[in-house]
Amino acid sequence: MACQGLAKGETTNTLKAESESLKAKLEEERAKLHDVELHQVAEKIDALGQFVMKTRRTLKGHGNKVLCMDWCRDKRRIVSSSQDGKVIVWDAYTTNKEHAVTMPCTWVMACAYAPSGCAVACGGLDNKCSVYPLSLDKNENLAAKKKSVAMHTNYLSSCSFTNSDMQILTSSGDGTCALWDVESGQLLQSFHGHSADVLSLDLAPSETGNTFVSGGCDKKANVWDMRSGQNVQSFETHESDINNVKYYPSGDAFATGSDDATCRLYDLRADREVAIYSKDSIIFGASSVDFSLSGRLLFAGYNDYTINVWDVLKGTRVAILFGHENRVSTVRVSPDGTAFCSGSWDNTLRIWA
Amino acid sequence: MTIRSDRDHGQRYRPRMSCLKKLEATVVQMQDPSTGVKGTDQKLNVTIIPHVITGQDIVAWITKNMNIDSDEAQAFGTMLVAFGYIYPLQDHKKLVLRPDGSLYRFQTPYFWPVQKWKAEDTDYAIYLAKRNIRKKGVLDAYEQEEYNKLHKWMNHKWDFIVMQAKEQYHAGKARQKADRVVFDCQERAYWIVHRPPPQTHSAMDYGLDRHIDPNAEEKKTYDYYRRIIIYTQQAVMRSRVKSSVSLGALAKYITTFKNHDPFLVPCLPSNPWQTDDDSYWELNTPDVEIPTKMRVERWSFSFYELLNDPRGRADFKIFLKKEFSGENLAFWEAAEELKWGTAASMSEKAEHIFKTFLAPGAPRWINIDGRTMGLTVKGLEHPHRYVLDAAQTHIFMLMKKDTFYRYLKSPVYKEMQKKAISPAPHNFSEAQLQQNMRNRRPSIDPIITWQKEQEEKAKAEAASGPVDIKKLMASKLDRK
Repeated sequence: MACQGLAKGETTNTLKAESESLKAKLEEERAKLHDVELHQVAEKIDALGQFVMKTRRTLKGHGNKVLCMDWCRDKRRIVSSSQDGKVIVWDAYTTNKEHAVTMPCTWVMACAYAPSGCAVACGGLDNKCSVYPLSLDKNENLAAKKKSVAMHTNYLSSCSFTNSDMQILTSSGDGTCALWDVESGQLLQSFHGHSADVLSLDLAPSETGNTFVSGGCDKKANVWDMRSGQNVQSFETHESDINNVKYYPSGDAFATGSDDATCRLYDLRADREVAIYSKDSIIFGASSVDFSLSGRLLFAGYNDYTINVWDVLKGTRVAILFGHENRVSTVRVSPDGTAFCSGSWDNTLRIWA
Repeated sequence: MTIRSDRDHGQRYRPRMSCLKKLEATVVQMQDPSTGVKGTDQKLNVTIIPHVITGQDIVAWITKNMNIDSDEAQAFGTMLVAFGYIYPLQDHKKLVLRPDGSLYRFQTPYFWPVQKWKAEDTDYAIYLAKRNIRKKGVLDAYEQEEYNKLHKWMNHKWDFIVMQAKEQYHAGKARQKADRVVFDCQERAYWIVHRPPPQTHSAMDYGLDRHIDPNAEEKKTYDYYRRIIIYTQQAVMRSRVKSSVSLGALAKYITTFKNHDPFLVPCLPSNPWQTDDDSYWELNTPDVEIPTKMRVERWSFSFYELLNDPRGRADFKIFLKKEFSGENLAFWEAAEELKWGTAASMSEKAEHIFKTFLAPGAPRWINIDGRTMGLTVKGLEHPHRYVLDAAQTHIFMLMKKDTFYRYLKSPVYKEMQKKAISPAPHNFSEAQLQQNMRNRRPSIDPIITWQKEQEEKAKAEAASGPVDIKKLMASKLDRK
């Protein structure tokens, strides 16, 4: 977006000075309302008990790194995608594989289950997001009915259906996010503002359902208005790439996982970072985060093969889970909160409860 | 296929691998003569290897100095081995830390992993060639394969490689036997990390390179600053809330939903993933006749929770029918379908909504204020996805602030609360659990469930749709 040219008496330096003073003013406004810290609010809340979380299912079948997964709304099926181009739909409860698709590209970094349960979307190094309608006929070749929806100029890092099967939101290595109409492949809205690869996005679970948050390699987490394409809020406190963003269940906050080995919580109404989840012994990047149903627990998968469980309010770590033999690339809680699934570069997925 | 040799995208300056700097600091501490891990001399074949440490000593040191428990210490130690800062003397291809008497050594800093450049194929070729010179057939199968591959595509500089290999071989021979053995171990360990044997992985594998160099500074033109100014001006003017209020709300949400979080309070009768009994899902299907007490309670938490649960929404519809005010929810649902529907169906849907809900004398006319009505009708002349937003928000707020609370006090809801069931917790014996595990029930394919839902919906629409008087009269006349 090119703005008007320099007016009389303006130089790049005067504009720079103006932007700096405005930034300072913004910090001032934020500080005025910064009257309490999260751990102070947490003092009144009971501490959590001991947790027993075990691997309840191990899903083996991918021939290479598992990069992404998503739950179906039926609370037991999942779709997962891997580096070798395979996308598999499983009934995680019985561990049966129900559908398998071979993508024409490798590194399928994004996959999503449609709200109806009748289709899956996936994409990666092909720079596209394609929708595959699923079939009751197990012998049918799903690739035949494939629909190419999104077209980016670089790899697809993340995709998500909105409230229906008809629209998909995507983020890409080309630095943009976009909203697409599935049937026609039409670009409905594009979102520009990141200055590096966008790695993750998440839709707000609010009743108005009009915003989403994205995180990227420019260390920024941006909140967008889906209707106007505007960037309405931006947070830049991480020290390295943001690998994953997830909304708090109420939609009033979101968490991020980053290569700087911390996860952070940002409050949207207070407009600032309110918690950092870190420990001296955790030095490897967090690749993926998700909240439990109530928002009290934050599950985070790390590059040191572990999963750390954080108490969101008190900021302490309540459990560390071992089991994977390579990086944990994706962590997602099931729709009814009864379990969470982790996918790893060791080619397996695990269900924990 | 792109050639990535000189297109680095700033990977080398990435703080992404800042973990390496922290690992190095720890490794240096571990080698401190007084406070570090104690090493001994170990006899290996006929030579004596100095500064050998055991796995359990490493774990003990990490546990003590990093203030973590031994499981985490072992995991941390495994990362040190995986990255090659410590290498195993026995079973050298498996890069894990065993918390027992297994023997390890600290890797010399010369062979520490460096994030600035990748381990070069040329160096690997020299290494393999050198081992080949020493003794034919000493290479493993996978190494032989790699060697042949490198020989093929590096053919043009093979003379250079062989020459380097010979020089290094001779330089090695000039060393003391003990030093040579140690150096060979170190070099071998380095290559296990950077060229992992089959069925293993390299910790240095970080996945794909990023597309845009995040370290590249954006040009600070007047345009750049103007964008920042516009954004920051808007940001300053945004309304924000006191931390005590917003953080209090976050805490309140957690407290409200605490009993509904299966990770905090066990779900009843039992968690299907834990007991292999799916009763919990059977009792909570979207169209179950009698819901559980927990579910009914959850409807009262917020209007959003009520609407989001199909069973809750169905109950709300029953209440609205009794109040003869079903058109508000019907309008809201229609507006949702317009917003999230396909682009192609938009004008058709918009027209249908106008005729049904907004036109003067419409069969399901919704009561919104004149201004909103005016705006909406005007917008419908050129319908777009968000044309009904103002009207939809108005109706939603009306339902949320008034109808919802009347619903919660209504006999419909109170009866549902009474009828709702409270399943007793399961108490499976070990044998029963084993049996459950063998008999996990599959479920109906979501595609079938969806098709059924669509059929039900179509029937309901046909039943509640506006009555076409002309058709009705025509059919009556026909019968006569």
